[in-house]
Amino acid sequence: MSLVDRHVGFIHALREAGVPVSLAEGLDAARALRVIDLTERESLRAAYAATLVKKPGYRPGFDVLFDLWFPASTTGLYDQGPGAEGAPDPRTAPVEDLRGHLARLLTDGTDAELQEFARAMVERFGRRPAGPGRQNWFSYSVMRALSPETLMARILREVLAGQERGGLAEKTARQRVAAGTRRFEDAVATDVRRRIAEDSGVERIARSTVRPPLDQIDFLRVTKADLARLRREVHPLARRLAARLTIKHRRGRRGRLDFRRTMRASLQSGGVPLTTYFKPPRPHKPELVILCDTSDSVSSFAHFTLLLTYALREQFTKVRAFGFVDTVDEITRFFVPGADVVEAMAKLADEADMVRFGRTNYGHALERFAERYGDAIGPKTSLLILGDARSNYQPPALDVLKSLVAKARHAYWLNPEPRPQWDTGDSIASDYGTVVPMYECRNVSQLTGFIEQLA
Amino acid sequence: MFDSPADVTERLAAVDYLSDDAISTSVFLAAALGKPLLVEGPAGVGKTQLAKAMALATGSELIRLQCYEGLDEARALYEWNYKKQLLRIQATSADDDIFTEEFLLERPLLKAIRTGVPTVLLIDETDKADVEVEGLLLELLSDFQVTIPELGTITAVHKPYVVLTSNATRELSEALKRRCLYLHIEYPTPERERDIVLSQVPTIRADLAEQLARTVATLRALELKKAPSVAETVDWANTLLALGRDDLDEATMAGTLGVVLKHASDQTRAIKELGLSEA
Repeated sequence: MSLVDRHVGFIHALREAGVPVSLAEGLDAARALRVIDLTERESLRAAYAATLVKKPGYRPGFDVLFDLWFPASTTGLYDQGPGAEGAPDPRTAPVEDLRGHLARLLTDGTDAELQEFARAMVERFGRRPAGPGRQNWFSYSVMRALSPETLMARILREVLAGQERGGLAEKTARQRVAAGTRRFEDAVATDVRRRIAEDSGVERIARSTVRPPLDQIDFLRVTKADLARLRREVHPLARRLAARLTIKHRRGRRGRLDFRRTMRASLQSGGVPLTTYFKPPRPHKPELVILCDTSDSVSSFAHFTLLLTYALREQFTKVRAFGFVDTVDEITRFFVPGADVVEAMAKLADEADMVRFGRTNYGHALERFAERYGDAIGPKTSLLILGDARSNYQPPALDVLKSLVAKARHAYWLNPEPRPQWDTGDSIASDYGTVVPMYECRNVSQLTGFIEQLA
Repeated sequence: MFDSPADVTERLAAVDYLSDDAISTSVFLAAALGKPLLVEGPAGVGKTQLAKAMALATGSELIRLQCYEGLDEARALYEWNYKKQLLRIQATSADDDIFTEEFLLERPLLKAIRTGVPTVLLIDETDKADVEVEGLLLELLSDFQVTIPELGTITAVHKPYVVLTSNATRELSEALKRRCLYLHIEYPTPERERDIVLSQVPTIRADLAEQLARTVATLRALELKKAPSVAETVDWANTLLALGRDDLDEATMAGTLGVVLKHASDQTRAIKELGLSEA
């Protein structure tokens, strides 16, 4: 494959993975290839990143694809025998020695050393025969053989060397080892992908391994690690949204005529109001009542949305939140200003009284809400319902919802399920949809789009 | 301007800016391809400092345009000196042309284009400016020229090296991004941060710098509202020196946490997570 073909193929793969690369940017990258040293792999990666990837969210996907299309050179690696500083020979050394070497690398190793070690380990442990003349590569067998997570205790003992446990020193060491382990896991996964690509072609594996960027990740399929990353994004996201909303407000129509100022100015022109003055427009700040399904199936969606609306507190005069599974409780108190996000979530799950039998029941929750907190909704309120409308075949209490909606200024329903899945199984999305306009809200970008329209 | 990415690293290091692979390559490419460089990243990772270091390293003049809400053409590009024009009309009876060089007031962008010496043009905090300003920048960034209706098009004598910085409080337009090379600077690795502390605070002991860098990395791993920046790490190093501490133990840390964490909730969280006793 010539360099041009590889370049074009790489750009094509990026586009397929959802990274928008324009023609001009592709040309820029090609020009960049002419001026940099192509034998320096990290330079090449940086050059491609600088010309093609213009949003940090696309970077992880880019890195995966880059490793596939421009794999590190591996020839001659294993013939060097035992490396410097007495490293064990990766082909023959007993597993215990290898684990010792890994423990050293996790604390003090450079990226290059770690990657080289990972490659050698995949070569030794990652191979599984699959039929005659074929083989499969797995990262879990490498991880099982070396099990880096069980090295923690041993490393801590060495690093702390008699200092007291549980303190700052241990915390720092733990953090360092955890970061090292993550790097090692990534290196192994990268090398496994490279080997699979060698066997079965780059395009095939590229399509299946690239994860979508963070703001495109489905709320319902979010992993724990993703959720932590999402939480970290809440405040920057809220800041961005708030900035955009203030711009929008300022741009909006002018307010009412400022009669006093206009008359005062007209004195200069003999009582003829040549210039008219207007009052600044009143900012439209809705009161927000959020009613959210906190059952396990949609909890990550509800949590993220709650966090975001609370981070956006300045944009709303008042936010009240209610959570329900089959009965309803006010959860506003967990989100006092400055409260710790993670703690609030944990407390919310423990203390709020939202569960009666533990199976989602929209009808009962709505009835209880109207009964206990019905006065929360007034003519200035926007009512926001978050949930998948899966009510375990219980009566939907449409009339109650209708009366709630009638009292509110606006009402919206955000559903984290993809539209084609509505009305399947126990979902009664369309029934509720006739009363409240229902929006599909599967990822962060759809959510921000909605909030922008709301505030 | 530069020979290779390695050359960039070396020359930036000579002016006390520690770069890494990605930074050096992007800086080198921007110079080699003659394209503007858009630098994005959290506050306090040395984006503005990079532009300053580049001006120092190449011996160019640094022209800075600080963006803010309400920045307009008259402050960014050029303005007619209308007082002078008025006086000229009153003083002479002839039909003098009052739209000439003589009446033109240069603002940073025009200055960067017309100056004869090598320049680094720093457009700082681009995201703070209004969307219209981006439109204003497009012609400048793609062709290095400015069109003034009364005078015609002014093309750069000496292409300036343009660096734009942004904190990503809002998404910059696609058109602007397409014209730039993009560099995202993240928080540095503990090793690099240690070297930065050592170069900024030369009197600090190497092992204390290392300990600081590791601790800050641990803090950044917590879920904080505002993670400590590199500038704050350097401040912390200075604080410890001023207090005469040569070890970062729990008590010292609890006492000086305010230097790096500026939200009350972040401090409580750090104290709890790291097992510090409240001092």
